[in-house]
Amino acid sequence: MLIAILKRAGSIAATLLGLLALTFFMGRMLPVDPVVSIIGEQADQATYDMVFHQLGRDKPLITQFYLFVRDMLHADFGNALFTGHRVADDLAKVFPATIELATFAIIIGVVVGVPLGMLAAVYRGSAIDHVARVVGLLGYSSPTFWLGLMGLIIFYAALGVVGGPGRLDVSYIDMVEPHTGLLLVDSLIDGEYEVFWNAWRHIVLPGTILGYGSMAYISRLTRSFMLEQLRQEYIIAARAKGLSKMRVIWRHAFGNIAVQLVTVIALAYAFLLEGAVLTETVFAWPGFGRYLTSGLLAGDMNAVLACVLIVGVIFIGLNLLADILYRVMDPRTK
Amino acid sequence: MSGTVSFRDWLTAETTSSPRQASFQRLYFGWLRLRANPLTLLGLGIICALVVIAIAAPLIAPGGFDDQSLDARLLPPSGAHWLGTDDLGRDIFARLVYGSRTTLYIATLVAVIAAPIGLLVGTTAGYFGGWVDGALMRINDIFLSFPGLILALGFVAALGPGLRNAIIAVALTAWPPIARLARAETLTIRKADYIAAVRIQGASSFRIITRHIMPMCLPSVIVRITLNMAGIILTAAGLGFLGLGAQPPAPEWGAMLSTGRSHLTGAWWLATAPGVAILVTSLAFNLLGDGLRDVLDPRAE
Repeated sequence: MLIAILKRAGSIAATLLGLLALTFFMGRMLPVDPVVSIIGEQADQATYDMVFHQLGRDKPLITQFYLFVRDMLHADFGNALFTGHRVADDLAKVFPATIELATFAIIIGVVVGVPLGMLAAVYRGSAIDHVARVVGLLGYSSPTFWLGLMGLIIFYAALGVVGGPGRLDVSYIDMVEPHTGLLLVDSLIDGEYEVFWNAWRHIVLPGTILGYGSMAYISRLTRSFMLEQLRQEYIIAARAKGLSKMRVIWRHAFGNIAVQLVTVIALAYAFLLEGAVLTETVFAWPGFGRYLTSGLLAGDMNAVLACVLIVGVIFIGLNLLADILYRVMDPRTK
Repeated sequence: MSGTVSFRDWLTAETTSSPRQASFQRLYFGWLRLRANPLTLLGLGIICALVVIAIAAPLIAPGGFDDQSLDARLLPPSGAHWLGTDDLGRDIFARLVYGSRTTLYIATLVAVIAAPIGLLVGTTAGYFGGWVDGALMRINDIFLSFPGLILALGFVAALGPGLRNAIIAVALTAWPPIARLARAETLTIRKADYIAAVRIQGASSFRIITRHIMPMCLPSVIVRITLNMAGIILTAAGLGFLGLGAQPPAPEWGAMLSTGRSHLTGAWWLATAPGVAILVTSLAFNLLGDGLRDVLDPRAE
């Protein structure tokens, strides 16, 4: 057991180091001279040499990599040129917005996706199975940014039933204290129900559209896990014993797939970060994804590398979490 | 071959007389099973139609994709402009037709770059095992620990925007799943007798991998890349949407969508048609990929 844990830890450490090497390499591939982008074309040679030295570009590559790793481990990502703040501070500010959006989305994905997948498996070949298949296929095939635009055209521009881009209407901004950074929670803590309602109107559309993709993924896998269980003999035995169909499905079959589902949901949550980049751009949602794309368009490598690195770390972390949950929840792994 | 034996008989003969006949038979029976699924055929049909549209683009849209007329800006769909015009007065239908070229160009190039890399890395890792396997698969894990779009964004940031760099970036994110698959396939066949026989004959590792292992992995790699093609197209469209892919005035569906963004309330048609085009294309690849998987890998269901 101890050896297994050590092996696992070693492999994670190696992956993390590789992640750092990859981002370091990305930063060095840049065709633009980073010194020139700081001091401009007009600066004289002395200034150039000084900044060159300050950036550590005169040191051997391996030393530069060591310094890079040291900075990253201290969460020192440097300054973001396009905001003028430290990247770490910026990220702390934008991340709650993304977490709020992604959590809203994953709730939709689970609440709709799991029952849909269960129904599709239980009534295999029926109308509901076909509906689930079509819904899933469309979820896999739709560009989320397009769904976002269509949603805005229909529900915001034409019908006016949801809030527009952003997290709040302008008049509500900064009305609640940022306790958690999650507006839906903060507004309830402060008892500002009007702000809550406004934030709700703003998150419903992007959250649902983002959640649609995870729903497709979760329902498809729920269906196939469930079919696997329903084929087993213990299901027939339970039915023969006289247990009701509902009880067999929910207590026996679902009980057995719950562990696998947790893994799937953890991974789906990680993939929401990807969807968030595009969804946030469409909805002007001031989160991590929009920060990344703004940094990209401004050619700000510090911000971009920090974002890429953090997504990688979150990904590894969620994979690890899924693995641990699997071991804790599944009695067979003990 | 005597004239009395029809091609069909040759394809369905119970005993085969040459390796070529055997592989043609396999293809034929695969096609029969593929044909049985209407959704798969639909997917295949859409992709074929797309190829035809891309080739015949100048015939379908004789006006070209960059025919601006500023007095015909933001016109709604009509008889003259089936899908309306954009903010520079260009016909959206024509741009959509030419955009199919960009999409197929990206899809083909990504497949041509990513499949060989994945195949080479996967078979090498699987064949040699040991530390080679460990090192290559570790690299693979690192690439897999990013969602595709984020990694592609990182590479585009480093390489600079543009169609060529977007293709490289997407290809760099597309090879790891293929490598993992090729490795798994290699592990199942590397201990096979025929491999041992070739090795005893004195074939080099390079020859064994390229001539005797890679061909065996090819069918599943093709299925995999078809299935992944939908995701690749969506990622590429996403890059275009963010302004990091094909640069104006090139017609690219993702970039066309992003112009639609600034005219949401006034001109809904700008964003509608390119999105439908992306959706239909990626749906077609998903349908075809599902069908191919059922034919070539009966274990899946």
